[in-house]
Amino acid sequence: MKLSLNFLRDYIKVPVDMVTLGEDMTNIGNEYDSAKKLLEVEGLTIGKVLECEMHPDSDHLHVCKVDVGTEVLNIVCGAPNVRVGIKVIVALVNAKLPGGTIKKGKIRGVESCGMLCSVEELGLEHKFLKPEDIEGIAELGDDAEIGGDPVKYLGMDDEVIDFELTANRGDLLSILGMAYEVAALYDLPMNEVDTNYTESDDDFSKKFNLKIETENCSLFYAKKVENVVIKESPKWMQNRLIASGIRPINNVVDISNYVMLEIGQPLHYYDADRLGDTLVVRMAEENEKLTTLDEQERTLSVNDIVIADKEKAIGLAGVMGGLSTEVENDTKNIVIEAAIFNPVKVRLTSKKILRSEASNRFEKGLDPKRTLLAIERSCALLEKYADAKVVGGMCEYNTTNSDDRVLEFPIQSVRDILGIDVSNDTIYHILKRLRIEAEANNENIIVKLPSRRWDLQIKEDVIHDIGRYYGMDNIQGKKMILEVTPGSYDKFKRSARNKMVELGLNETLSYALIPVAEVPKYSTTGFEVVKILDPMTEERNALRNSLIPSLKMVYEYNKARNEKDISLFEIGKSFHKINGQYGEHLSLAALMTGVYTVGLEKKVVDFYVLKGVMEELLDYLGFKNRYSLVVEDIPAELHPGQAASIVVDGKKLGIIGKIHPNITKDNVYVMELNLEELSTANHENMKYKEISKFPNVSKDVAFVVSKDAKSSDIEAIIRKAAGKKLIGLEVFDVYEGVNVGEGKKSIAYSLTFNDKEKTLSDEEVLTIFNKVIEKVTSEYEATVRDS
Amino acid sequence: MEEKIQLLKKELLEKFDSVKTMQELNDLKVQYQGKKGIITELNSGIKDVPAEEKKEYGMQVNVLREAFNTGYETIKTRLEEEAVNRKLKEETIDISLPSVKNMRGSKHPFNRIIEEVEDLFVSMGYDVVDGPELEDDEHCFRLLNYTVGHPARDAQDTFYIDEEYLLRTQTSASQSRVMQANTEKSPIRVICPGKTYRRDDDATHSHQFGQVEGLVIDKNISLADLKGTLEIFAKKLLGEETKVRFRPSYFPFTSPSCEVDVTCFKCGGKGCPLCKKTGWIELLGAGMVHPNVLRMGGYDPDKFTGFAFGTGLDRLAMFRYAIPDIRYMYTNDIRFLKQFDETDVENV
Repeated sequence: MKLSLNFLRDYIKVPVDMVTLGEDMTNIGNEYDSAKKLLEVEGLTIGKVLECEMHPDSDHLHVCKVDVGTEVLNIVCGAPNVRVGIKVIVALVNAKLPGGTIKKGKIRGVESCGMLCSVEELGLEHKFLKPEDIEGIAELGDDAEIGGDPVKYLGMDDEVIDFELTANRGDLLSILGMAYEVAALYDLPMNEVDTNYTESDDDFSKKFNLKIETENCSLFYAKKVENVVIKESPKWMQNRLIASGIRPINNVVDISNYVMLEIGQPLHYYDADRLGDTLVVRMAEENEKLTTLDEQERTLSVNDIVIADKEKAIGLAGVMGGLSTEVENDTKNIVIEAAIFNPVKVRLTSKKILRSEASNRFEKGLDPKRTLLAIERSCALLEKYADAKVVGGMCEYNTTNSDDRVLEFPIQSVRDILGIDVSNDTIYHILKRLRIEAEANNENIIVKLPSRRWDLQIKEDVIHDIGRYYGMDNIQGKKMILEVTPGSYDKFKRSARNKMVELGLNETLSYALIPVAEVPKYSTTGFEVVKILDPMTEERNALRNSLIPSLKMVYEYNKARNEKDISLFEIGKSFHKINGQYGEHLSLAALMTGVYTVGLEKKVVDFYVLKGVMEELLDYLGFKNRYSLVVEDIPAELHPGQAASIVVDGKKLGIIGKIHPNITKDNVYVMELNLEELSTANHENMKYKEISKFPNVSKDVAFVVSKDAKSSDIEAIIRKAAGKKLIGLEVFDVYEGVNVGEGKKSIAYSLTFNDKEKTLSDEEVLTIFNKVIEKVTSEYEATVRDS
Repeated sequence: MEEKIQLLKKELLEKFDSVKTMQELNDLKVQYQGKKGIITELNSGIKDVPAEEKKEYGMQVNVLREAFNTGYETIKTRLEEEAVNRKLKEETIDISLPSVKNMRGSKHPFNRIIEEVEDLFVSMGYDVVDGPELEDDEHCFRLLNYTVGHPARDAQDTFYIDEEYLLRTQTSASQSRVMQANTEKSPIRVICPGKTYRRDDDATHSHQFGQVEGLVIDKNISLADLKGTLEIFAKKLLGEETKVRFRPSYFPFTSPSCEVDVTCFKCGGKGCPLCKKTGWIELLGAGMVHPNVLRMGGYDPDKFTGFAFGTGLDRLAMFRYAIPDIRYMYTNDIRFLKQFDETDVENV
């Protein structure tokens, strides 16, 4: 909302400068974005061209002598319309214009002490400029005083504060509403709106039919004026429209906009002769067509409110008028419409078709009292500035109630809710400044809420308003005293993150929205992709199911920056739709490639490095000995020979593997785990396990087996054969090569034995050890490798 | 005899003087005290000495023995010291060469700030709750007093999935869930940090961002309680000198409502480009829970009051760790990520 201070001054004396006003308004909840002069210029004066000769060295420049009152300046000017006798805007040396500072200088050898300005050069927004404002220098009238201020002469010595208002304060989208606010702010008196006009003895309501056929219109006034003379509106009115961001058109259109800005009630003026004698407000028919003012044909739906004549829609209620009844240069008679439509309907229609100054006001709610005021103000201005004759009588339809709404509540609740010790007197005084009637009823306060303040609905809103003017910042912070209860957070998620960080991986934060084609990847479960109805870009049009595509994008980004050693993880939501139900769960994914440091040893990442990360994580989270890898359900994006499903307690909760060489030639390993399922599973807490008083004994053995053999199978045999006394089993070497023969590999195991009851003798260990060897070589295709 | 011994002693001392290594010293020991050593032989020669000279003879041999022992020990100690010194010198290293480090991972600053916020509020007895990011209109809007077609919905350009489902635009969506879930309708003290989404993407906004919502419902809660709580929040996360300012504002789910500014963490309130020379930075939206919201959550607004607040986590992380551009948070350049393992932030 652009507030013209000149406009505001019609109703109230502004006691402070514009920046202070902006700040003070911000402190009561009306935040301002900027406070600027309409024209941000300095060092301009009015001059008169005394002499004007062609520049000796140019075919279009003129050398002028310009009288600026105190002296006569030599100024070179390139405008085609510069000539002797005209009064002009002179930018003196050191003048500041939006385009820069004016300097004394020589233009093709001739000294120039300033510049003659066009309106464009004063910095007016382009949409407000007429051709003559751009093509040549401004020509001021004879009444312009030499040496005077040209900005003041043009009536553009205005200041504009741009407010970003909150959605509840529709009432502030008007000069009048702003005046109430400023009056309360500084405790000042306000001027009345001038609605003086005379009207004929006719009764318009007898000659015109108004039919309201939808409940989405709660108030409708139609009044007629005749014999308007269409011309330019007065300069001051044009300037106020410009300051408010609206382009002047002609006096009649300008008045309708002016009244909307002033009173806050949008209006529509119809060419009465083209309109006929009937106005109907109804819902549009499905696919009904209407050509709006901007000459575009719109296709409407049953949710759009329209204004119609006997046959067809002629306007889109609250949004835009129709072309067929538009006020044009030959318009003589006008029907003025001021109405209130259902804000939600207007909002939906305007979102579909056009957001306008009018629709913005309809959406935020209007004051029925102002609707009538806007009609009266229109008549007064049309009479004064368009020579209109106002016809007596008016068509009215009104189902609104504009009576003050009465609220009663304990005055103590003001203090309780704000948490301040404010006196009753102060409370009543603030309400008085707000022009809200209030009186005491024992311990209660009774407030009468005026129709102009739709934002005040419940006692809390009134208390909010009292707080605004009391100064919310005057509230002193209190340390709450509440019942002591322990706080809690999801420790599981944090444990998982801490462990991954400890293992040396870097946590990423990527977007949940990814391209729809990426969503099914790295996943084997059946689900429907969750798509965005109206995405911003095709790059972000669906919710990810796996976090791996995101990690892969992060990997590619970093690879392009010559980073080769990348170990990443992310914890985030994974989304799906299954059997028509949307769902999401917490997921943990990791990606590793390049060199990884294990302890202090550098190692090129392979499947086992990532498997180690997975195992350390699961062990830490309390799943030791409860998980395994099975070569099933491998997504197509993974290497079929280097991938597995992660099974925890018999449930497939994730995948691990190398990215398929068809996707990337680099050795990139990824894994993903359903963290949510893990966190709800019964995970074991950290607890002491008894340690033996007796020493451990270790023995190593290497088996030569087929290249396809699975170590986990051999380990199972070893464990079974060794029994309880085997307390540790580790693979410490895997070898393939000529020494073990074609198609074979050697796996070396270290076995650790212990007996809780006694020190194990060499014989006892050897007995178990030999049994292990015997079982492995007999039950499995394995031979002991000679060391 | 005495002369002979003095001669031998002189010869011995000369030999000691020329010893350079432990080997030479040991050779000398063999030469004098070995099986056929000079002193050994002198000793065994006593049997051929007449009885009355035996004592004198023995004394003289002892003189030589002691001379040997003393010299031996002295030189041995000297040689050992020399050896240690030589070894220390040999082992001297260039301590300026680089160290060997363990690999360390890093937490993303977004989650780091969440953990900081969680720790602070947990210490004040708040529970941390999580809510769905794929939300429904009811929880994200309607139960928060945003009626259908409410103009305040405009400020939150929403990603819709279908007519009812959407990506939550605010963590406030969790408020309604927490109230519903509390079947006893007992007092509530929660925060809900998490990801939020809006159709908005430019230099200062990301379509995905983070928020943390706070909600307290109890008896006799006031705006002053809210301010006291947010003062703790601001001081602990942004520095003890931080001041908090309340400005009235509007949110459909609170009344009274306010925006909360904090003194600019960069200039301390003097005014700088970051705070647009105002000295203040807008950090939170807050207010007293709207009676309609309480009612829809099953709480009687005549018995309970409450406050709610919400703030952007990305901005908080940017403030806290001096990150200049929100886009760095989502680019995941590994050089950026790795920075967050080096220094712990000051303890709070």
